[in-house]
Amino acid sequence: MLTSILLLVGITMMYSTPLVFGALGGVISERSGVINIGIEGMMTMGALTAASVSYYTGNPWLGFLAAGAAGAAIALLHAIASITFNADQTISGIAINLLGPGFALFFCRLLFDNAAMTPPVKTLPKLFGENAFHGTPAESLNVDVTVLLALIATVVIWFVLYKTKWGLRIRSVGEYPAAADTLGINVTRTRYLCVLMSGVMAGFGGASMTLAIISQFNQTAISGQGFIALAAVIFGKWTPYGAYGACMLFGLAQALTVVLGGSDSSVTLPSQILAMLPYVLTIIVLVLFVGRSVAPKADGVPYEKGER
Amino acid sequence: MKKILALLLAASMAMSATACSSGAATSSAAPASSGETSSVAKADFKVSMVTDTGGVNDQSFNQLSWEGLQKLKADNGADVSYAESKQEADYATNLDKAVDDENNLIWGVGFAMGDAILNAAKANPDVQFAIVDNAYEETPSNLTAVVFRAQEPSFLVGYIAAKTTKTNKVGFVGGVKSDVIDQFEYGYKAGVAYGAKEMGKTVEVVAQYAESFVDSAKGKAIASKMFSGGCDIVFHAAGNVGTGVIEAAKEANKYAIGVDKDQAFLAPNNVLTSALKKVDKAVEEVSKEIMDGKATGGTTISLGVKEEAAGIPEEHKLMGEETYKAAAALQDQIKDGKLVPPASEKDYNTFVKNLK
Repeated sequence: MLTSILLLVGITMMYSTPLVFGALGGVISERSGVINIGIEGMMTMGALTAASVSYYTGNPWLGFLAAGAAGAAIALLHAIASITFNADQTISGIAINLLGPGFALFFCRLLFDNAAMTPPVKTLPKLFGENAFHGTPAESLNVDVTVLLALIATVVIWFVLYKTKWGLRIRSVGEYPAAADTLGINVTRTRYLCVLMSGVMAGFGGASMTLAIISQFNQTAISGQGFIALAAVIFGKWTPYGAYGACMLFGLAQALTVVLGGSDSSVTLPSQILAMLPYVLTIIVLVLFVGRSVAPKADGVPYEKGER
Repeated sequence: MKKILALLLAASMAMSATACSSGAATSSAAPASSGETSSVAKADFKVSMVTDTGGVNDQSFNQLSWEGLQKLKADNGADVSYAESKQEADYATNLDKAVDDENNLIWGVGFAMGDAILNAAKANPDVQFAIVDNAYEETPSNLTAVVFRAQEPSFLVGYIAAKTTKTNKVGFVGGVKSDVIDQFEYGYKAGVAYGAKEMGKTVEVVAQYAESFVDSAKGKAIASKMFSGGCDIVFHAAGNVGTGVIEAAKEANKYAIGVDKDQAFLAPNNVLTSALKKVDKAVEEVSKEIMDGKATGGTTISLGVKEEAAGIPEEHKLMGEETYKAAAALQDQIKDGKLVPPASEKDYNTFVKNLK
């Protein structure tokens, strides 16, 4: 029993980490008024960059940082299109989702002798070091270091958004950019910064997949995590802790699917039914406990100076 | 400033467009192709293959198929080419293009292309078609279906697992339940039962499905659960979900068994062995038969250990000499038809009953 519970916690943490980073990226961007549905594409780019840099330098931490930079680079395209050129943010986001995996595959083939996957790479350390608690039930709790990083990122972003002058500015730009502008806040610069930060977070999310959960990049390393992260943003009412909770809930549901499944389980549900659990649970929680979720008022609206 | 930015954006888009659209181009001079097109090869027999969405360098079926064709070119002088599909909608277009290029034989790789190949074969009765890993109830006379008896290599790895396990508990992670995955699951279970009987012990097999072929995190979670639940060897037949399984074995310092190709490169100290499907061999041999004018159309060719199109890798440092030799002996028995591994739950139950 204890083993199962610890296992449940461990799997929840593992599963939710890439989602948390992705969702945080979504929160930052949308709080400043730019819809970012391109998280998936940015994560894929981050996933590839992380694995490649770790492979060539032998240093996974460099890979992790580089993944943030790669995410930001792709986010820059989104920022230019949607902030400078006032393009439709949804369309730009879709373009990013198409571009990201395409670019990732292209560069993967370029860097790795035409292969669609990288060789195994050096991964980030475990929280309590390799082989800690080996052979004991507590082994499941020796999660990847990215789990802790995701939690720290959530706290930092919550602090910045709600407890600092900077956060107030970001939120005001997302709610009523014209008012923020009259008060001397540079709307364009604020939004640029937030979209870039969003790319950095999404890149980290990709890295926590290819440098912790698995140790290589392949075409399906990121397959849908970006979209689940987007759902978590809305689910969590555009707050960092809300998004974190939503990702944890989804991770927990997946962990339950895993722990309850299998031919040796005492619960004999078909695995197809069990596989629906995360989605069913999400809908139930959404309907019963979360209630109305209101987006930042200027979310998705390009800001044009002087326009009423 | 805006103009420069616009230019940059346009440039980057153009770049990505060329990066994406290069897929559909047929090319015989592409990666590491052996031999020159201008050599003595009499290029009167043209063979082309259309990949599924994995692309030609997927380090799996598509790549192996292409290697088979390249071998065909080197040995028999056929003119070979391939077309990559970026999405499922490309299948039909790529097949049409291959027909327009006057190919004599066109391969489709993977069961995902089943319908597309069937339609193309019906629409072009004078062209020969072949497909890897798919069978039909009614096969048109110009279509050759090639399937593998995956239960045979699965049986061998199951046997090795039973011989190697110390906890007497082993695992199986499947992708999505289907007839093909059943071959792996029941072949493996039968192999475990056979090995356990030989050793005079009982070995429990825990099976779990990920309901996905792509979710590596789920594969890792399931395998971690199995390892912490007492399994010390886990076999997977679950595509990229298996990447997670092998990762879990690496972290728990237990064994995983790879599938389709030798997956030892992913974790040399933790991949015990792999259940191989030698697609390259299959594509080469069948192409050659059709090239030689053998009428294979309308039939389903089933390949396994006997045809040397399935088996286990020669590398065996993790299992030891004795186990490997025993497995090789078993492989000979399967080859001679003395031992028939089961491919479904029903056959498996009969198999186990007869074992006692």
